[in-house]
Amino acid sequence: MNPDRRIIAFCCYNCAYAAADLAGAMRVPYDPGVAVVGVPCTGAIEAAVVLGAFEEGADGVFVAGCLDGECRYKEGNLRARERVAGLQKRLAEVGLEPGRLEMYQLSAAMGTRFGEIVAEFVGRIKALPPSRLGRGAAVKGGVPG
Amino acid sequence: MIVTEAKSFVLVAAMITGFRRVLVAACAGCTAVCGVGGERQAGELADALRLHARLRGEVLDTEVRGVTRQCEPEFVAELAPAVARAEAVLTLGCGVGAQFLAEHYPGVPVLPGVNTRFAGGLAAPGVWEERCRLCGDCVLYLTGGVCPRTRCAKGIMNGPCGGAAGGLCEVGNATPCAWLLIWERLERLGRTGTLDEIGPPPDWSGAQAGPRRSGKGGGVE
Repeated sequence: MNPDRRIIAFCCYNCAYAAADLAGAMRVPYDPGVAVVGVPCTGAIEAAVVLGAFEEGADGVFVAGCLDGECRYKEGNLRARERVAGLQKRLAEVGLEPGRLEMYQLSAAMGTRFGEIVAEFVGRIKALPPSRLGRGAAVKGGVPG
Repeated sequence: MIVTEAKSFVLVAAMITGFRRVLVAACAGCTAVCGVGGERQAGELADALRLHARLRGEVLDTEVRGVTRQCEPEFVAELAPAVARAEAVLTLGCGVGAQFLAEHYPGVPVLPGVNTRFAGGLAAPGVWEERCRLCGDCVLYLTGGVCPRTRCAKGIMNGPCGGAAGGLCEVGNATPCAWLLIWERLERLGRTGTLDEIGPPPDWSGAQAGPRRSGKGGGVE
């Protein structure tokens, strides 16, 4: 596990998650600081889940869904893309760099591309200082004590 | 439906500065349908406000509670235990809800998280349009179901004014001329005769008589 940065990747089971699996089978190396979280569809990722990841100390979060027109549920990926765009604005308002959140689209066959995406995103996050919302310090929903 | 819009996050964050424990009160009525004041939006806003506070070295505790409607005392009363734990209430209900909360809980600051805009309906996904000025003197029976007071930029009762071009109002924004809509509708219904008589000027007294009441003990009819 990368001790410097903590990155959460919300990956759709139908594309990006399978692509990550394929990347493994293809021996494509990617940063171990990335924690892949599988979801049935990126459209199911609520804003609170992404904000929660940052609140609990993630340095970066990316959402990886299907290519345009290939969502198993028709338009979940498009909804996710809109939601991510809205959340990037919200991050800026909150005081976090909006670049800490990104949406990628790929297919299940793109194992190499998954490695590239991770490299690109990890590089971006490493260029930023660690999140000021220190890991482990978060108390979801309130003040300690 | 009462149409509401989210206030800017910066303004909301400034409003709650200094409070350590804030209740974010959602409403499952109109404001939830508008996508700004339901429990989901309240949760997201609470999350963002906590992040905002922590990044500034401040301490903020949030609690999210929703009620069926903030414009009814019995539902507002359900918030009592949560209000007791809070230093301030940030309500995502409309202006009515915010005032009902403020009246019911006089000891706690009630802060509005949304702007209340108008009475309208869904024109397209995510787009609401005003349809009623709440004038208290409905003339839709004369105008083919199209309200000239709301939809005519001049609010005139005996139109059209002559300023429309290509079916659009001269004020712009691609607003259809309400009086053209009225004429077309009445023509289709074969009822253009209702426009032969010059109507009286609008009676706005029902709209300007302070806080209006309706139902038992209120209303003119």
